[in-house]
Amino acid sequence: MINKVKASILRNRGFTGAFILFAALFLTYQSMHPRGFSTAVLVQNSNEVVALAFVAIAQTIPVLMGGLDLSVGAVMTLTNTVASHVVTGTPLQMLFGAVVTLAVGAGFGAMNGLIVVYGRIQPIIATLATGAIAIGLALILRPSPGGDIDGDLNWAATNAVFDLAETYGFADNGNAAWLQPFVNIPVPLLILLVVALGVWLPFKRTVTCRTIYAIGSAESAAHLSGLPIARAKIAAFTLAGFFAACGGLYLAVQTSSGNADITQAGTYTLNSIASVVLGGTSLMGGSGGAIGSMIGAFILRIISFYFRILSIDPLLQPLIEGLVLLVAVSLGALRTFRVKNKLDLFR
Amino acid sequence: MDSVDFCCQAGSIHGILGENGAGKSTLIKILSGVLAPSEGQVIFDGRNVAYRSTAEATADGIVCIFQELSLVPDLSVAENIFIDQPPRRFGLIDTRKQRQMAKEILARIKCEDVDPDAHIRELSLSRRQMIEIAKALVKNPRVLILDEATSALTSNDVQTVYDLIAELRADGVACIFISHRMHEVDQLCDQLSVFRNGQHIKSFAKGALSEAEIVQLMIGREITAQFPPKRDKSLGETTLSVSDLRWEDSLKGVDIDVHAGEIVGLGGLDGQGHKELLLALFGALHGVEGQISLKGRPYRPASPALSKRLGLALVPEDRKTEGLMLEMSIGDNLLLPNYPEVSKNGVIDGGMAKAAIEKAVALLQIKVGSPDHPVETLSGGNQQKGVIAKWLMLNPDVILLNDPTRGIDVGTKQEIYRLMRDLVDAGKSVLLYSTDYAELIGCCDRVCVMYDGRVVSELEGDALTEKAIVAASLNIHTEAVA
Repeated sequence: MINKVKASILRNRGFTGAFILFAALFLTYQSMHPRGFSTAVLVQNSNEVVALAFVAIAQTIPVLMGGLDLSVGAVMTLTNTVASHVVTGTPLQMLFGAVVTLAVGAGFGAMNGLIVVYGRIQPIIATLATGAIAIGLALILRPSPGGDIDGDLNWAATNAVFDLAETYGFADNGNAAWLQPFVNIPVPLLILLVVALGVWLPFKRTVTCRTIYAIGSAESAAHLSGLPIARAKIAAFTLAGFFAACGGLYLAVQTSSGNADITQAGTYTLNSIASVVLGGTSLMGGSGGAIGSMIGAFILRIISFYFRILSIDPLLQPLIEGLVLLVAVSLGALRTFRVKNKLDLFR
Repeated sequence: MDSVDFCCQAGSIHGILGENGAGKSTLIKILSGVLAPSEGQVIFDGRNVAYRSTAEATADGIVCIFQELSLVPDLSVAENIFIDQPPRRFGLIDTRKQRQMAKEILARIKCEDVDPDAHIRELSLSRRQMIEIAKALVKNPRVLILDEATSALTSNDVQTVYDLIAELRADGVACIFISHRMHEVDQLCDQLSVFRNGQHIKSFAKGALSEAEIVQLMIGREITAQFPPKRDKSLGETTLSVSDLRWEDSLKGVDIDVHAGEIVGLGGLDGQGHKELLLALFGALHGVEGQISLKGRPYRPASPALSKRLGLALVPEDRKTEGLMLEMSIGDNLLLPNYPEVSKNGVIDGGMAKAAIEKAVALLQIKVGSPDHPVETLSGGNQQKGVIAKWLMLNPDVILLNDPTRGIDVGTKQEIYRLMRDLVDAGKSVLLYSTDYAELIGCCDRVCVMYDGRVVSELEGDALTEKAIVAASLNIHTEAVA
């Protein structure tokens, strides 16, 4: 039994490393914070991490296949502007609007997949182009920031479970006894975990997902094994679009508006790649997973939280972030020291 | 492959024999849907079938265990065994049941020691091959094709596989068995077919022909190429001496000596360690054990850069990926290993570079429009000359060649033979691996035949015959054939 656990940890050493790093950074940060471990700080932290975590999960799936999706940030921005138009009105209308937003993201991702599979274009360049298209569409939808997303929804989605219950008046306005163990959980974190785990864990147990891993690990073996390669590639990009849309939708609710921010789209894309690598997914494909990338996004955000409590010159922030990132990903490169045939390094 | 007629029956084991490139692998790739035949048809159960993918063939029960492993290294054993048909529950993969079923099938192939959760990456080559067999078994094959599927197995595993195949035969499964191990084929198969040069030569029942007759069928061709006369001078001193060279599972104690003024050939079937030997000598492998001396001095092949400085050169296996940068110009490709020679203080001297390129082009008579054209515009033969030329510009003492004449025309082949002879006459040493036996016999002063990571036989002078090489490659004693 112990051997099994050991082997499992060893097999997922990227993820394990990321988790330990995250736990250490998080606990240190909370103990150094004057109001550490309080609901207010947790809520604030979770709010800042959700969009990036979704985009990081989105990026993970093409990366597992050995590709890279440069459009995830742009799709997040596009769906953010879509949401700012459609997520209004009665609760039912808002729900419909949210579904439309997610469908737009998934549809855009599916288009990426079709271009990659049937256009036979490398993912990185195909998504570079479609990313620009997404930004263009976003600018048409929202030439200047704006939109009017329901204030109640905004309040409920960005605070603790208690506030959610109070806003919508269920469970005795949040005072019901059964809800008490959960009242301090930040809603954004809950949304993230429910969506991420609710979609990723079942998906991981499909032949399509297995094929995605197989393509990233050894595409010729996947082919010889008769796996559905085209379907898996399209599914990978579709899911990437879906998760990017989750990020865009949340961002719209969080800010009560839509904004076609070009710089932000680029930053999110690059940070998503960093999160994926930090979370233990190999850029060569084949190993890793979405949960790791979520942890990777947490790590990336926590590093920036430190600047607030340590009163470090904000001008130094990019420099320090870069150094931390470099050290963290270097650990993942240690395996190359064990490669026996040097030519394998280039394959 | 060229108009092959071939058939096999349910409940029998059919062995296929042939040299490298005889068309065995192509045949089974067509049967299993990897390649489509350009002409002709495959009839299965009285139906004309034309599979467009391995999935379609599998659905009909034609299952192939490929020579190059079809396992995904980053997935677990259980996931690989049930890769395209996993057990499901509520539409999702039932991992617990999958693990349980994997355990059962692993027990059936006597691999109880393998953890179904282990990743393929962690397993040894022989274990991987057994997993490959397990993966084929769970598809309930009606035709099972084993292409060199036992080459990496230990003798215990081989016995297990034999028993399994016998069991399957009793259940009415047709097995097609391809192996370079003559003993295996002889012991196991009911029917044998010999292939040569993409043609089906003969099918016969087990025991109808002797080993010697089978070997004769496998060769069966005249030597056509012309070779320059062999060494007439006496040998120089030993330039390269290798003893007990080991690396991973591929090299298991290689001993070889190469003298100045001789061409030494490496013979044998694919995958017996020749490539690894050349790569090891040139410093491309980590963790090589054993003694090597180069020009009388102990030598540790740490990197290709070092080997180059010490006077070694390697013409690699695949000129398109390892030998040339196809998009770069002919001139740039020729200069690749030679930049130090044509630079001053780290800056490339245009005049020196141009002179060096012209000299190399003239020496090997490479037919170029202009050295500025991309190297991919050259014919295969001229590309290969380019790969050789770029190393000869360094004036190396020991030249390692990995199948340098593969896929090039007869005229260029002869130029390369001539060139190798000129080099050794000038006191250099050449170590040549070739898949073409005629070439080994015609070109080499001595041929070392490798089998399973060792040199099993050294042939020289009159003993150097095609029969002897084929026999040695199959690790049959020469007397049995003579």
